[in-house]
Amino acid sequence: MYPEDLKYSKEHEWVRVNGNIAEIGITVFAQESLGDVVFVDLPAVGSEVEQFAKFGEIESVKAVSDLFSPVGGTIVEVNDSATDSPEVVNDDTYGSGWLIKVELSDTAQLDELMDATTYEGTLE
Amino acid sequence: MSDVKAESVPLKQTILHSTHVESGARMVPFGGWDMPVQYSHGIISEVNAVRTSAGIFDVSHMGRLEFSGSGAEEFLSSIISANVPALQVGRSKYNFICNATGGIIDDAMVYKTGDEQFLLVINAGNVDADMEWINTHLAGQSEVTMNVVTDQTAMIAVQGPTAVALVDSLTNNAASEIRRFRIGAAEVSGVQATLARTGYTGEDGFEIIVPSDHGIEMWNALRDVGAKEAGLGARDVLRLEAGLLLHGNDLSTETNPFEAGFGRFAYFEAPNCIAGYALKQLSESEPSRLLAGFKMVGRGIPRSGLAIYTGGTESLDDSEPIGSVTSGTHSPTLDGGIGMGYVDQKHSAIGTKLLIDVRGRPVEAEIVDMPFYKRG
Repeated sequence: MYPEDLKYSKEHEWVRVNGNIAEIGITVFAQESLGDVVFVDLPAVGSEVEQFAKFGEIESVKAVSDLFSPVGGTIVEVNDSATDSPEVVNDDTYGSGWLIKVELSDTAQLDELMDATTYEGTLE
Repeated sequence: MSDVKAESVPLKQTILHSTHVESGARMVPFGGWDMPVQYSHGIISEVNAVRTSAGIFDVSHMGRLEFSGSGAEEFLSSIISANVPALQVGRSKYNFICNATGGIIDDAMVYKTGDEQFLLVINAGNVDADMEWINTHLAGQSEVTMNVVTDQTAMIAVQGPTAVALVDSLTNNAASEIRRFRIGAAEVSGVQATLARTGYTGEDGFEIIVPSDHGIEMWNALRDVGAKEAGLGARDVLRLEAGLLLHGNDLSTETNPFEAGFGRFAYFEAPNCIAGYALKQLSESEPSRLLAGFKMVGRGIPRSGLAIYTGGTESLDDSEPIGSVTSGTHSPTLDGGIGMGYVDQKHSAIGTKLLIDVRGRPVEAEIVDMPFYKRG
């Protein structure tokens, strides 16, 4: 449910770090709480986001949720297939259901995130 | 996230509560009850099941009131907007419970179940307001008896294109003898049941009432013949797609049946109808606002409370606020955002371009004819 190689925020986003690029999505907990995802609104490539600031919105049939970036930096890529086919967030949460890629402004920010075990502990 | 409610009144449970929990349903508070909002497969698959085969809903939380006696017809005429004397045994009528100014206390279904016998089905969340209204006017009426049967019965809606055939298979084909919008009795899977061929999904089907100690057995029997469990989330999507109204969203004491576009269900000619005078006045004047259905043209999902502006401009600054959304969702059947809301009558024509203020983002929409979905 919560892969060991990812980092997690208390707002239920995950981060996969590759060099200075952070790939970001929502966790299985968030995805299951929302239910069927039917709408994803993502920022423009090139825009800046601050750590823990809102970067978009995600909606299920019943609910609207803000998306908060676990890290700060420049948005270098957004997942168009998530905006075109939002169900991918439910179907492949840690894979093709990713949402944005951020070029990290400060890798030290990663220290403020949780590992899988700690994150899972917050869900109980 | 917190499950603690502001008021600490314990939530009521239907007889099927444990069955829902065992099935992995997500339970939420609704109208004072702890009800399944969805089961494990999710709202979209539940909606699709009802549109393509059959779904079952626990609607035991809805208020069920039986009225009997020589004064029952006259009493109901006074408190609801239906032509009760014209109702024949075995027939039903959608109606409004309106106050003396024509405001809508609740919307309801009335069924004539026998000579001098009626069943009134009301919304769970409005039971207190309805009972206050009813009891006030029932005081001193000796020729009518009211019996609240909500707790002693279970009510299960089975809805969808295969629903009638499924119930037929459990009734030795007696169910399909009951025509649309009628009510009758049959033995369903060995249990004596009341079957109303009505619903809230835009599909054919039944609402089945059984003694509550047979509720679980009835639910399982319907599930075993292929009906899929569906929760309140799917029910809300289905009713909205079908252009049906939800009290608390689209209707309130601040709205009347005519501006809601349902004036044909506001019968006001009963001489003793308490709302009669107000409804007649309202029927003779042009409403200043009307409930309009709209579909999203741009990317976005309308939600209750969002502001509606005139369209044709890029920015909300150049347009005019004309109303607000009362219900909205993503429609799986139409694959897009749909909603309804009260708009200024001058801007209510089919085809009118709108902007919906989706939390600061103007999204284009267009007024369309309701229902959004009509069964084939």
